[in-house]
Amino acid sequence: MRLTCPICGDRDRREFYYQGDAVALDRPDGGAGAETWDGYVHLRDNPAGRTRDLWQHEAGCGAWIVVLRDTVSHEVFGVELAMSVGEAGA
Amino acid sequence: MRFSGLRVLREGLTGNKGWQPHWRDPEPKAEYDAVIIGGGGHGLSTAYYLAKTHGMTNIAVLEKGYIGGGNVGRNTTIVRANYFLQGNSEFYSHSLKLWEGLEEDLNYNVMHSQRGLINLFHSDGQRDAFVRRGNAMAVQGDDAVLLDRAGVARHLPYLDFDNIRFPVYGGLLHPRGGTARHDAVAWGYARGADRRGVDLLQNCEVTGIDIENGAVRGVQTTRGAIRARKVGIVVAGRSGQVAAMAGMRLPIESHVLQAFVTEGLKPCIDHVVSFGMGHFYMSQSDKGGLVFGGDLDFYASYAQRGNLPMAEHVMEAGMTLMPMIGKAKVLRSWGGIMDMTPDGSPIIDKTDTGGLFIDCGWCYGGFKAVPGSGFSLAHLMATGQHHAPAAKFRLDRFRTGRGLMDEEGTGSQHNLH
Repeated sequence: MRLTCPICGDRDRREFYYQGDAVALDRPDGGAGAETWDGYVHLRDNPAGRTRDLWQHEAGCGAWIVVLRDTVSHEVFGVELAMSVGEAGA
Repeated sequence: MRFSGLRVLREGLTGNKGWQPHWRDPEPKAEYDAVIIGGGGHGLSTAYYLAKTHGMTNIAVLEKGYIGGGNVGRNTTIVRANYFLQGNSEFYSHSLKLWEGLEEDLNYNVMHSQRGLINLFHSDGQRDAFVRRGNAMAVQGDDAVLLDRAGVARHLPYLDFDNIRFPVYGGLLHPRGGTARHDAVAWGYARGADRRGVDLLQNCEVTGIDIENGAVRGVQTTRGAIRARKVGIVVAGRSGQVAAMAGMRLPIESHVLQAFVTEGLKPCIDHVVSFGMGHFYMSQSDKGGLVFGGDLDFYASYAQRGNLPMAEHVMEAGMTLMPMIGKAKVLRSWGGIMDMTPDGSPIIDKTDTGGLFIDCGWCYGGFKAVPGSGFSLAHLMATGQHHAPAAKFRLDRFRTGRGLMDEEGTGSQHNLH
């Protein structure tokens, strides 16, 4: 699998650190309660198919990116900078 | 049909015409007392112990593919009880004891081979950690022997002891650890359950879970609706999809784990050996293939294959530890889908829906747990009470933060295990 960093271009998957589901961008308020925080930290839709997850171009420019891809075929549909989506909560 | 040495001899002399199918291929009934979703190792053993220990024989196992076609046929066959934390320790200890009586119990040769498992260490700090782990194993009543460098050399003379970067300092030997023939485990449990009246329904995919007034009433399948007041979800990497049918989200992310096997070689690796400075472990199958694996590919995936970066990493780690394997040709590689929890430990629990149970989160260690997991889930489904050795595998530990079991000590977060 290769990912296209919006800044650096097409790169080997090994240059990227995988954070997980892009739910990390939707950090709840501190007082949101246990259920909400459980949903944010632990519970996952875990789709077999299209997913949206958060990676960092660790061995490159360091940018956090949001990747739209398929978890079954590993096809990548799109990559965008997390900073253009929202603050990365990593 | 019972298996015995005499039977093998007689069949051999009479053209092997007397063997029969190991299980029936029944039509689904309209209703069962209990239904297990998932005909893998854990689902089959759950059905077996429900029938054998609890006398529940009007039950069915629903398998979307065929028996033995999922992770139970895709793992690296290692059986061990070398866990450290309370919760895990007593569970795997119990499971290993079941393994030790399994062939007698099932009247089936699962080729359980307690050839010994050696976890190597490569620094003083790692030695301290293994001493601690070994003591925990001994306290649990299991076996652990600390080997110094010379002790390891007596068992594993082929290692690169003086590797410039990762010299071998010693190892923790778990003599009762070993391997088993994974397919035979599935077949043995399937046959044992079938003989007690359990219906094994293959090519029967669950498409919906019927819930009324907060309690489960049955399932919809590709072979029709089936009513049941008790339903167990035992579907490993597919837990998220099946739980969603009951309106649940789980603390599970599915990842691919690769494994590899070489061409058949003469016996050379007598134990199960794991490298302490890179994720690599190896054993040799009875057919002669070197069976080995490493870490997850480390991103969510349902592809039952892996990517080359992890294949390369595993080969590099193997070559660092035992350069003698360098000329062995890799015959094939494959991937299985692991149901990863944030803390790396499993879940056997009730759900918020009455009569609906879940057994999942086995991460990359489900094979050795097959007997214990089925035994404990059967106990929970039949009695409503948690089975003591599995009582800490609670679903709510993530929400409450109480009872997290982070065996690796890396944190309770999805991308850390």
